Amino acid sequence: MNIHIPTPLRTYTAGAETVSVPGATVAEVFSNLTTEYPELKQQLFSNDGKLRSFVNVYLNDEDLRYLPEKEATTVAQADELTIIPSIAGGADRMAECVCCSCCSLL
Amino acid sequence: MLHIDYANYEALRAHGEETYPHECCGVLLGKSDAKGNHVKQIVRAGNTRTDSAHNRYNIAPQELVKIQRQARGLDIVGFYHSHPDHPAQWSATDFAEAHWMGCSYVITAVAKGKAEVTNSFLLTGSSEEDKRFVDQAIEIDVKAAGAGVSAEEETELKGQA
Repeated sequence: MNIHIPTPLRTYTAGAETVSVPGATVAEVFSNLTTEYPELKQQLFSNDGKLRSFVNVYLNDEDLRYLPEKEATTVAQADELTIIPSIAGGADRMAECVCCSCCSLL
Repeated sequence: MLHIDYANYEALRAHGEETYPHECCGVLLGKSDAKGNHVKQIVRAGNTRTDSAHNRYNIAPQELVKIQRQARGLDIVGFYHSHPDHPAQWSATDFAEAHWMGCSYVITAVAKGKAEVTNSFLLTGSSEEDKRFVDQAIEIDVKAAGAGVSAEEETELKGQA
């Protein structure tokens, strides 16, 4: 099945935007992916073998976290996986504050 | 260096003014090469942090997937957001939530509704463990601004404020 690789991880797939990896389940696909591209393992998984919290994975249009069987979900050749790291942030203070003691509470 | 044309540069700053006092956010599409990240298009995104939109932003992963799929040959080379009534410097939260190595994180300070300083920070490193932000100069291509611009003025180099 095809896996769409986000920009920062293409360093580890020789620049490929999409790679094709076999597997009957999402877990198998990830196992084969990190076997073929070993450097991806540290990027995608923490030391305990779980997907890093900021790594979002979509099976077609479904967030893997919300699929009943999660990584054990079976996949077909025509399915597509998309890996997409999260993007968030923001100023670490209240917008209403223009410099007062409340800053120290944040 | 971050290369961006004047229209896109002004558009991302205007976005911050429109959403004030809340943070705006969006995606920079373009290409990367040895000279840096070249922005060809900006895409506005919704800020899902409606619980604290004045000092937080989050782009829904599903929206990011959609933007990436519709990029039409362009890559995600960075992101932008605003800091309402706060400096255009990355915060601890910005750093903790930054995971796109090699991408530019553009921040515009919006003071009382008016866009002021815009800075860019390049996320470098090879993993979460050694990532860091480095100041990134912005080169604004003003060719698109059109008539009356001299050759010398066609490119404005903007350093870090």
